[in-house]
Amino acid sequence: MRDKFTIKDLHFWYGEKEALKGISLAMKEKEVTALIGPSGCGKTTFLRCLNRMHDLYPGNRYEGEILLDGKNLLEKGLDLIKLRSRVGMVFQKPTPFPMSMYDNIAFGLKLMGVKSKSEITGRVEKALKDSALWDEIKDRLHEPALSLSGGQQQRLCIARAVAVEPDVILMDEPCSALDPVATAKIEDLMTDLKQNYTVVIVTHNMQQAARVSQYTGFFMLGEVIEFDTTEKIFTAPSNKLTEDYITGRFG
Amino acid sequence: MGLHYQRRKLANYIALGVSVASAVFGIFFLFWILKDVFTFGFAALNADFFTQVPAPPGEAGGGMANAILGTLTITVLATAFGVPAGILAGTYLSEYGRKSKTASVVRFVSDILVSAPSIVIGVFVYAIVVKPFGGFSALAGALALAIIMLPVVIRTAEEMLKLVPDSTREAALALGAPHWKVTVSVVYRGALRGIVTGVMLAVARVSGETAPLLFTSFNNSFWNFNLTEPTATLTVTIFNYAMGPYEDWHQMAWGAALLITAMVLLVTIISRIIVRGRAG
Repeated sequence: MRDKFTIKDLHFWYGEKEALKGISLAMKEKEVTALIGPSGCGKTTFLRCLNRMHDLYPGNRYEGEILLDGKNLLEKGLDLIKLRSRVGMVFQKPTPFPMSMYDNIAFGLKLMGVKSKSEITGRVEKALKDSALWDEIKDRLHEPALSLSGGQQQRLCIARAVAVEPDVILMDEPCSALDPVATAKIEDLMTDLKQNYTVVIVTHNMQQAARVSQYTGFFMLGEVIEFDTTEKIFTAPSNKLTEDYITGRFG
Repeated sequence: MGLHYQRRKLANYIALGVSVASAVFGIFFLFWILKDVFTFGFAALNADFFTQVPAPPGEAGGGMANAILGTLTITVLATAFGVPAGILAGTYLSEYGRKSKTASVVRFVSDILVSAPSIVIGVFVYAIVVKPFGGFSALAGALALAIIMLPVVIRTAEEMLKLVPDSTREAALALGAPHWKVTVSVVYRGALRGIVTGVMLAVARVSGETAPLLFTSFNNSFWNFNLTEPTATLTVTIFNYAMGPYEDWHQMAWGAALLITAMVLLVTIISRIIVRGRAG
């Protein structure tokens, strides 16, 4: 598999505070990459660099290179709207829009300029089937999305992200607000998504990283301590810190 | 422990007693006012009240039809001026300005405007509109009321928009939505009910204003369908009639007081229903 993302010496500052101190790694296309590490280690900060979410707030600064298919995302004048339609994101808490389930998914499609009603309906259905939500909600698509349970809302958000057919899906602790049953559903979903998408997931749950990912990066204090195949990280980590963290000796 | 515990219990009873007494004190006067408005007001209400213009001084009969129309016209116009500007300013504060210097200045000024006495605003509009354009008018009255509404609408709009979580905005932006689209399609939708409620309460508030209208729309004893002419309103008519020498004027003033109270009550109830819809 070729590399989807190549990150070279990435630094990131929240105002004066340096949150990422020279990250270099490469993430494979159509694989799930998990980012683990103790709270405040910079894994979410790193994830949010990949679709330049930090640009929303003043005072943030990047340095280095983030190459997506060889093109630097930190270039001046990059079209952020285009970038974000290629790199979708699912957040820690479900973020349904205050509108119907159908409209939630149609929102992104309409943004992309899909006008035909039948095409929208078809793609809404496909996205919901891909997210294993269709059977549960097909009879009430026009009810408010906020009436769904937390797990269903999160799958709706995943459906919303995949409906626009991005290249990459970023997930920021997508299961941390969910119960084990809903978590299991979303983990299954990640494995399915990998057929078509590159997935990057931040998680606090080591078992989850081991279950769903092919590659794992261990972050600490704004640096990547180790990045390797998930199998290697969890069975034979080469760094003592990684071993201590995954065996639960700290963190 | 016993004595200490007794003392705490006693302090609790005293606090409870004082707060209940204060609540009763406030509610007592409210109900007294309502009782008088209803008992005296109902006597004045009849078909003429809603269909006729005032009778000449000293003559019996007549009504307040022109003042009812005037109040409705001026309130609707004030809403049309004040609400869009207020919502857009609130949008600026919540969605664009946020913690910027300009935003904090706007917030500060709008806070001052909230507490500006309404008569001052009436005099201000008198100076910038009535005087230069040569006369009292419904438009000037509406402008004065719009200025009074403005800070209320700005702050409510800002507060309601702020209740929409940032994660929702981020989610929309992460789909590749431009900023304006996020505001219009996602954030407004989330804040709609709250904003509508705030607008209704602002409307209710200004529809009962008298002082700013004395200097702007003034009064009129006849039908007036021209927005640039002096226009009667219920509140100014109450003011004039209550001060007048005739007993039947006092009666009419009570009737008008009842009507304006009922209108404010209606608007408030509607906004309550909207809020309840949001909770459910």
